[in-house]
Amino acid sequence: MTTPAVETLDLAAKFAGVTADTRPGYAGWIVPAEALTQFASFVRDELGYDLLSSLTAVDYLEQNQFEVVYHAYKTAGGPGLVFKVQIPRQDPAKVASVTPIWPGAEYQEREAYDLYGIIFENHPDLRRILMWEGFEGYPMRKDWKEAFYEEEAKPLKSRWPEGRHTLAETRVPFGDNVSFKPGFDPEKWTPTDPEELLYATLRKYTSETKDGITTDHVLVNMGPQHPSTHGVFRAVAMLDGEIVVSLKPVMGYLHRNHEKIGERNTFLQNMPYTDRLDYFNSMYNNWGYSLAVEKLLGVAVPERAEYLRVIMGELSRIQNHLILFGMLWNDLGAYFTPALYAFEERELILDIFEAVSGTRMMCNYHRFGGVSRDVDAASLEKIKGLVFERLPRRVEEMNRLLSENEIFVSRMKGIGYLSPEDSIAYSVTGPNLRAAGIPYDIRRADPYGIYDRFEFDIPVRHNSDLLDRYLIRMDEIQQSLRILRQALQQLPEGPVLTGKPQYQVKVPAGEAYGRVEAPKGELGYYVVSNGKGNPYRYHIRTPSFINITSLEKMCVGGKIADFVTILGMVDIVLGELDR
Amino acid sequence: MTANELNTPGYEIPDDLKDVVAITTLDKVYNFGRRSSIWPMMFGLACCAIEMIAAQASRYDLARFGMEVMRPSPRQADMMLVAGTVTKKMVPAIVRLYNQMPEPKYVVAMGACASGGGPFKEGYNVVAGIDKFLPVDVYIPGCPPTPQALVYGLIKLQEKIDKQSIKTVRWYQKGADSVETPIPFLGPDLIDPRRIPEIKAKAAELANPPAEAAN
Repeated sequence: MTTPAVETLDLAAKFAGVTADTRPGYAGWIVPAEALTQFASFVRDELGYDLLSSLTAVDYLEQNQFEVVYHAYKTAGGPGLVFKVQIPRQDPAKVASVTPIWPGAEYQEREAYDLYGIIFENHPDLRRILMWEGFEGYPMRKDWKEAFYEEEAKPLKSRWPEGRHTLAETRVPFGDNVSFKPGFDPEKWTPTDPEELLYATLRKYTSETKDGITTDHVLVNMGPQHPSTHGVFRAVAMLDGEIVVSLKPVMGYLHRNHEKIGERNTFLQNMPYTDRLDYFNSMYNNWGYSLAVEKLLGVAVPERAEYLRVIMGELSRIQNHLILFGMLWNDLGAYFTPALYAFEERELILDIFEAVSGTRMMCNYHRFGGVSRDVDAASLEKIKGLVFERLPRRVEEMNRLLSENEIFVSRMKGIGYLSPEDSIAYSVTGPNLRAAGIPYDIRRADPYGIYDRFEFDIPVRHNSDLLDRYLIRMDEIQQSLRILRQALQQLPEGPVLTGKPQYQVKVPAGEAYGRVEAPKGELGYYVVSNGKGNPYRYHIRTPSFINITSLEKMCVGGKIADFVTILGMVDIVLGELDR
Repeated sequence: MTANELNTPGYEIPDDLKDVVAITTLDKVYNFGRRSSIWPMMFGLACCAIEMIAAQASRYDLARFGMEVMRPSPRQADMMLVAGTVTKKMVPAIVRLYNQMPEPKYVVAMGACASGGGPFKEGYNVVAGIDKFLPVDVYIPGCPPTPQALVYGLIKLQEKIDKQSIKTVRWYQKGADSVETPIPFLGPDLIDPRRIPEIKAKAAELANPPAEAAN
């Protein structure tokens, strides 16, 4: 299907009631709330925007309205479509759910409900997702204040300019990071079972009679403390024998309030926080955020900085995939030997990160309009040694040792199938989507930085099972090495930052969505500025969080033992999943 | 451990028995065994957990300190390495895990978040340090601490264990169990059972401010 590019698209003429968003710095279309479902179907079916990238809410306190923002893209590539629904800021604020159209919206709508209290009508399972049931208030609303609240925006006056600082605990009524309503009595408060709603979503699978025998289903909780969940992730599964009949992920055990803190921070202060999202790939997290803010600022990035971004980003991708392999073998029972191999190479890449940025993991390397430091000649030699000599050999060695192992293949082949149609519908991105035969990679589909200059392939596999998801990451390492070889050969001399380094940037009012192909999938930052020193809205669309939406689909019908491997190959990282 | 370290001075051992007999205190033998085979709980919360794994891996190799046996079950672990941000939603589980560990048990707060909330302290779902609930033995600064820093912190823990005595450690005391920590629960916000009277009084005061404050 050929569809016109977004610039020439006049939706107002095509769809009654839709108007262009004319606020300065904003783009896209405003859809009347009652027409949302039809409009979403129209956008997906007629215009071909099959991938819902991001769904989030913004609280415009002054205008007294909530805005739900949708970013849709085509898996065929090209620019995206932004549309918004504005609803009055009152309780209950209701808007139609788009989950029936894009199932990938399910958890994102739950998140918007959890943090903003917006009710999505016709949502299949609208519960809180990051906070617990019973938590008081909707924390991302602009008029909701956390217990340690000091001021709307940083830098805080209490620490500047005299540098006096008191412990937050001494300042708040309850002496801790908690707040209760006046008159609250913990003794008279009756606890509600926090798991009741969760289990209710599974209970529809009751015992059934087969061949005259009534079988009972078993409820299994895995996590939040479980060695195979890669952190504090929890899954609740309903089992029939060993077969999974229903599975619900439970998250929020590492919900660190990135977005609330991010809206109090200045723009630059958010940069080190992005490091802590996907803590394996701080280099790539920085990139997405700087891309979004650079769009608002309209600042150009010097050539050398662009190359350095690519070099660091691709090194990051390689070590991410290596760790995934190591941990995958751990999950499968080959305890620690493959992981030791993976960590050996990772340490060498981290040495480079430490040399260029100062820290091993939390690099904080990007700045708006460049990178913070240049690479010295010695580090560059190290990178070249790795890229041209060591890594190709070691990756090949790993591939030879592991990829054709018979036990490994039989544990992986044909497990965790997700059809290409479902992959798109559930907004799966990254290697898992490409393992389903869809060559969608933002580096090619909507190039950012200087990726359009390099010669590389987008590896595609077609079986969409665990083995393909593993093999495609092997392929991707090869392509990353290919990009790295070109980038290192072409690396120009010159400055690495436009203008002077500054702590406080003046960002014009407007909105921007910066998205990059992070090693785990599409990483997007939706930033709204109102012209002040800190972002008005700072939303992170993380691949881990949205890829996990399809987890139940992949697990149901399979054995519970495979759940561990399926989860491992979704490649979640909890810092990013819960934010 | 060399004979010099093991033998408690003050006892004369005949020369011909020096290589055969050692006279020492129970504490020394006990602590030697304890400090040389600390089994950490396999328990990662956030970013710091990755550095913890890196410390276990080949370059830093915690096996040198007898700490390579990571146990996913609290029942088999001696040390809880709180590696990452403690959230309100997670802290009931952490306290429960701690209570399930057999004594002697140690807690190491790894990184800024576990020590005091770190960069996320102001967050509405963040507990500002695990020491609000558990007795912490060693704090390791850093965000995240490098594996070297972690190793250093664990050596400090070993030094601490060396100085302990069976007579005084809290888990061998008579009387009420001083080791178990009451498990916090999730209400409208996180409620620490030990602080219920305090919360009640403060909330009542907020509802009916004292006369001088109202004026």
